[in-house]
Amino acid sequence: MKEYDIVVIGGGPAGLAAAVSAKCSGVENIIVLERDKELGGILNQCIHNGFGLHTFKEELTGPEYAYRFMEKLYKEKIPYKLNTMVMDISKDKIVTAMNREDGVFKIKAKAVILAMGCRERPKGALNIPGYRPAGIFSAGTAQRLVNIEGYMPGKEVVILGSGDIGLIMARRMTLEGAKVKLVAELMPYSGGLKRNIVQCLDDFNIPLKLSHTVVDIEGKERVSAVTIAQVDNHGKPIKGTEERYTCDTLLLSCGLIPENELSRNAGVLMNSLTNGPIVNESLETNIEGIFACGNVLHVHDLVDYVSEEAKKAGESAAKYVKGEQINNNNNSVEIKAIEGVRYTVPSTINVDRMEDMLTVRFRVGKVYKGAYVSVYLDNERIMHNKKKIMAPGEMEQVILVKNKLKEQPELKTITVKIEDE
Amino acid sequence: MEKRELTCIGCPMGCQITVELDEKEVKSVQGNTCAIGDKYARNEVINPERTVTSTIVVLEGDKPRVSVKTKSNIPKSRIMDCMKEIDSARVKAPVKIGDILIKNVCDTGVDIVATRNIEKL
Repeated sequence: MKEYDIVVIGGGPAGLAAAVSAKCSGVENIIVLERDKELGGILNQCIHNGFGLHTFKEELTGPEYAYRFMEKLYKEKIPYKLNTMVMDISKDKIVTAMNREDGVFKIKAKAVILAMGCRERPKGALNIPGYRPAGIFSAGTAQRLVNIEGYMPGKEVVILGSGDIGLIMARRMTLEGAKVKLVAELMPYSGGLKRNIVQCLDDFNIPLKLSHTVVDIEGKERVSAVTIAQVDNHGKPIKGTEERYTCDTLLLSCGLIPENELSRNAGVLMNSLTNGPIVNESLETNIEGIFACGNVLHVHDLVDYVSEEAKKAGESAAKYVKGEQINNNNNSVEIKAIEGVRYTVPSTINVDRMEDMLTVRFRVGKVYKGAYVSVYLDNERIMHNKKKIMAPGEMEQVILVKNKLKEQPELKTITVKIEDE
Repeated sequence: MEKRELTCIGCPMGCQITVELDEKEVKSVQGNTCAIGDKYARNEVINPERTVTSTIVVLEGDKPRVSVKTKSNIPKSRIMDCMKEIDSARVKAPVKIGDILIKNVCDTGVDIVATRNIEKL
């Protein structure tokens, strides 16, 4: 069996950044396993601009951003295997994978970094009534067809869900000559970034209907029309508000789900809110030596944050491999997410193991205007930051300072919550 | 005095910006958190600009299309003209990231450049 210090599962933005940072932290023997035929992951089909403002201080397109990290990987001479599907990760970190050249093979890893990304919530999970004709695509599938393969999925389009990919595709399809009639969003707020509403919808006069959903799909061979209706506070369609839109295509942009089949099989414990692994300050899962980063951990809206997080996972994995990690003596402090804060990543902190500063990322449960993000160490409030606006579609963060936490040796719980005043 | 509410598209923060305008003159910009926002707001009310991204057909390449972008922003009103020129263009592999594929698109003074590598088949 081949042995590696670190096996990185996935060659997208998270995997690339994790591998490069592990190598730069002094680990030589690393391999990246990627199931697609090229590195870069989903960035290859995200041809729009807006990536990298935090990381590179310039605005790049998805493929350009991916290429920056691919170049680093090449420069560090980190080996990778393409067209390689990982089938299993065991508790003792034996990775079973397969491809056309090697067949089925096993790798023994000292540490594993999970970087498999996420996938779109499929149509089947949405329970839309009506027929099931051709012409219904997830927004990401349409994006791949248009941007990589060069096919247009349709001419008259309705989009359900206002996630970023849906918004981006509304503009993309319009630019390529399609008529995008409407974006309908079930929630009373958009799931996408504000800037995308401006430059993808407003710029092209595409209406966005909040609190609306698709209640019927028509068409035998191909979609011929959809009916949308307003929904009440419980998401139930309101009778009498139905509107019919003729169209040949329905795109779905209704959320992303971390792809954790491999993690679950390995025995990694999951957070039911993020659908990603529960991790500590080192982005380590409950299984020693298995780390997670990027969209497999929790869905991000900015790739810049994915790269930042992945860098940290790479450094942590390197420390673990080199035996420099301080033992996790169960001296963990729990981070509680309550009152408007849906979850935090990480969800526990071992103060001895944390770096001088630790970024804790979270999402809020609804739209807040002029509210405060507060952090409590047990009962003492140490942070109280006013935010003009917070929305579920935009990830928030607080930065915890090690020295501050060290001042309280008896610390049991860190609480992050939203307060009105 | 006219007041315009804008959402900055300079970065994913999406700051809410208020611009005060007198005729065609910007009197004040508020709500931005960086210099990009100030610049965006002043441009947006007088002469809105956008980056356009799309794909161009590649001949003899290992992929059918290469992703491209306008090297800098072009006037918002020229987006559709720019798309027409991009759609009718054909380039031959190999293509390197940063290669100029259309010079001075629609007389905007801005070039269309490749945003990825395409190998020759």
